[in-house]
Order: sequence, then structure tokens, then C-alpha cells
Amino acid sequence: MSEHHIKLPEGSIEKTTTTLNLGPTHPATHGVMQNILELDGERIVSTEQTIGYIHRAFEKLAERRPLAQITTLTDRLNYCSSPLNNMGWHLTCEKLLGVKTPKRVDYLRVIIMELARISDHLICNSIVGVDAGAYTGFLYVMQYRELIYEIYEEVCGARLTTNIGRIGGFERNFNDIAFQKLEKFLREYPAVLREFENLFQRNRIFMERTIGTGAISAERALNYGFTGPNLRAAGVDYDVRVHSPYSSYEDFQFNIPVGTTGDNYDRWLVREKEMWESLSIIEQAYQKVQEFKGAEADVFHADVPEYYLPPKAEVYTKMEALIYHFKIIMGETNIPAGEVYNSIEAGNGELGFYLVSDGGRTPYRLHFRRPCFVYYQAYEELIKGSMLSDAIMTMSSLNLIAGELDA
Amino acid sequence: MSMTNEIIKQRLTEKFGEQVSAFEDSYGMLSFEAPKELNLKVLNFLYDDEQLKFRFMTDLTGVHYPNQAGRELAVVYHLHNLVDNIRLRFKVFTDINQPDIYTATGLFSAANWMERETYDFFGVNFVGHPNLKRILNVDEMDYFPLRKEFPLEDQTRIDKDDEMFGRG
Repeated sequence: MSEHHIKLPEGSIEKTTTTLNLGPTHPATHGVMQNILELDGERIVSTEQTIGYIHRAFEKLAERRPLAQITTLTDRLNYCSSPLNNMGWHLTCEKLLGVKTPKRVDYLRVIIMELARISDHLICNSIVGVDAGAYTGFLYVMQYRELIYEIYEEVCGARLTTNIGRIGGFERNFNDIAFQKLEKFLREYPAVLREFENLFQRNRIFMERTIGTGAISAERALNYGFTGPNLRAAGVDYDVRVHSPYSSYEDFQFNIPVGTTGDNYDRWLVREKEMWESLSIIEQAYQKVQEFKGAEADVFHADVPEYYLPPKAEVYTKMEALIYHFKIIMGETNIPAGEVYNSIEAGNGELGFYLVSDGGRTPYRLHFRRPCFVYYQAYEELIKGSMLSDAIMTMSSLNLIAGELDA
Repeated sequence: MSMTNEIIKQRLTEKFGEQVSAFEDSYGMLSFEAPKELNLKVLNFLYDDEQLKFRFMTDLTGVHYPNQAGRELAVVYHLHNLVDNIRLRFKVFTDINQPDIYTATGLFSAANWMERETYDFFGVNFVGHPNLKRILNVDEMDYFPLRKEFPLEDQTRIDKDDEMFGRG
């Protein structure tokens, strides 16, 4: 009897490809997502991505929460840049409520948002380095992410899940230490970023690993709904900050870096250049903030008594403040009926909030348009036919944040 | 020539007449609806028309309105014309007992997971979708959790042993 007559269990020997459960390579693959690759030697034949392991039903939870309590949910979307999500949410509420924020609030928000963008890009770019085998850059820049977190701490008291700002402005004015730390950051960070760049940008090994891998054309990227640095790396200059300016972004001068090939190297470069642009925006905003003198320098929120908590001293002494305090804490203010879609340029792209209100105290329906979720579906197309090692680089250069993927 | 909501509305009514309705300016964004059988026709028209050029799908999601008999589920598309930088919102409604809607995956690859998510949470059956299965919830789930009849947990319940999670 020749070996051809032996009945083998399906999928054992005659199968010519290997199934591999990829990971953990990237911090996000430590159990929060699954990537199953079908490999022919080292070449990827097909993949299947399973997500949803940290799905927390935020959209359902939001249907029972008043607006102010939803901010804490948005923290946990892209947790590498929570302040961006928080601001996006406040801006959405303000659009629904018709709140106009003072210029100083806008500029302070811009400072915080751009700091968050820097910390987000910093993580992404240094993780790309880690996945290419260069750990040093990652550890080195952590110091400055730490400094950014310290600035958050001075402003809102928290570091990672910041819950920063309120509807209408900030919970308190920036203190002197916050500004001193910001100055320190502006003074020291450029040299660090330059050194970080020197480690990678023209590094032969890094270039070999990233150029031409995980590439996507502009046309496909648009069709896949790419936004943010990943879309710009493919050569499309779409940036929400410019296309539909919010929080007074129209007052600032900055460039939108674009790539050409949409590969891992271009994505890395776009993020790198964006950090420089963010730095320049922060400098401009800080200058503008300093121009406010006297009473104007104490403005840190708009006048929205229904949604902005009154000072504690007034709560104990004034009837009106007490009523507002109670109504805000208990979430008993009815929000106007209407449908609003508002988006901001978050670390990974267009972060949108689709809020449907029926006039009750909570949203009737809230949907987060998470950039990560939208572009991760292109992962299969990006890595099909490439080598296993490219798949790892592609995953980290897309900047996958599991919190944003699953909501 | 810059694009305005009026021009979009005019182009749509020229093409579809009475079938597109409920035009509304919601916070500056044009919003309208069409019968669900027409969803692909409308999306294709918006995509192909030389003037409209809505070729970027920003978002696709669902909303459940249990009190609207015969049109309980809404599927909401947010489209973006990146050339003229203008957005619009397009809705189709369907009966919850027969929630069949044509898939937009042929036009937008982005619709793939967004439709899977909408199916997962609302049970909208996207006809022609290449891989319509649950995406965020477990495969064994037998209900659609973002529908309004699915209750959130009662926060005052006491029959649950939650000690490990800080709620003794």
C-alpha cells in the first residue's frame, strides 16, 4: 500500500501553508487583538483579523449618561492621546448647544491638543523603531512623553485617562507650573526630536525595513476611508484642522506634510514632520496666550451655567449656583434635540462624533467614528503577499490602538 | 464654483424627484433620506456625478427608533466631497422585521467593517456583503445590543457578586 492511500486528517501533511497566530509583537497584540496569518514559507497568503476583545459598549453606555459624564468614556478610545478625544467631545457638545468659546480657551485647547498629538506620534514612531529592533529611541523619548504627561497633570490632575477640560472651557486656569513645564518642553524637545530623527531617518537598516513595505495608493487609501497621517503618507493632503477648522486653528500657520508612496517609511516621516509642525503651533499658541493681559488672562471658560460647574464657594452661598451644581452633577439638564456630526483631527485621523439627541437628558444615540477601526480593515490588503517581518512593521506604523478599534 | 447644500439638493431632486425627501440643514450639514431600495442608486449617483463627487465615506452607522412602525431602523451614511470640502448625511429607513439593505462595499471598501459593526449592533442585514458576521461581539450572541429594547444593567441590582470589581 503506497502512502497515497493513507487517509490523513484534514489539514495535516498535505497542507502546504502554515498557520501562525501572530504576536505578541506590538503592545496592542498582548491579548487585545488576534491576527491569524496563513504563511507560505515566509510569505503571507492570507490573514484574518479578529477584534473586539476590549469592546466596552461605550455607545450603549453613553445612552444613559449626561454629556459631562461621557467625557470619561472618550478618554478610553485612543488612550495615547486622551486629551484630543476629550476636546473632540467637548467641541461636539458645544456645537450641539451653540456655545461660543473665548479665544483664550481655544488657544489653550490648541496647546493641549498639539501636545497630545506629539505624545501620540512619539509613541507610534518609537514603537515602529522597537519593532525594527531599535529599543533605544523608544526609551529615550519616553522622558519627554513623561514631561507632556506632567503638563496634563498640572492642568487636570490626571495623566493617562485625562478627562481634561469641560463643556465651555477648562475646569481651572493653567497654573504657573504648567506654563513653566511647557516652556521647558519647548526649549528641550526640539533637540531630542532631532536626535531621535538622526537615529532612524537615514538609518540604513531602518530604511531597508520600511521603504516599500505596507504601501497603499492614494486611491485605495481614500476608498478605505483612511484619514490622518496614514492618508497623508499616501499623498492626500486632507487634514480636518485645515478643511473644517475648529478651536481657532485658522489663526495658526502650519504646513501639512504629505508623503508619496504610502509605505511604512512615509507614514513614519509624515508623523515625524507633524511633530515639528505641532511644536510650531504650540509656540504660536503660547505666544497668543501670553498676549492676554489683565482680566482677559483669567478667562478659562465660556459662560454656560447649565453645563459648566459654578465655583464651589458660590455653591455654598448662592441659590442659583447651588441649583446649577445639583442639576449638572445629577445630569438633569435636558439637551436640545438635534443631530450633529462633528470631527477633529485626532492622532490617527478623523475622530468623529455622531450625536443624536431627542431632547432628553442623555444622547439618544452616540456613535464614534474611530479612525483606527476604519483603516485597520485595509491591513489584509497591505500585507498580502509580503514577508512576515513586513506585517509586523506595517501593524505598528498604522498605529493601532486597541481602545480606539473596539470602543 | 463652490458647492453648497442648495446645489446638492437641486441635483438630487432633479435626478430622483419625489423619492428623496426630508431635506434638512442640521448644523450646516445637509441631511436627507431615500427609500431603502434606492440606497445604492443614490450613493452611486453621489459618487459618479461630475459635480457632486461624494467619494469619501466618512461614517456608516445605525439608529433604532422603536416607535416608528415600519421604519424602526435607520442606516446613516456620512459622505464627504473632499474636493469642494462639503459633507452630507444620507439616511435610509427599514422595517425591523425585514432589515435588508443593499451593501455599499462595492463602492467603498471602508463600508466593509462599518456594515459588519452595524449588523452586529442593530441586526441590519446588508445584502451582498462579502463577510457579514459579528465583529465586536462574540459570534454566539443572539441579540442586537444597541437596539433600544436591550436594557442596560440595573445599577442598583444586588444579586450579583461583584466583589472582585470593587462593587461589594
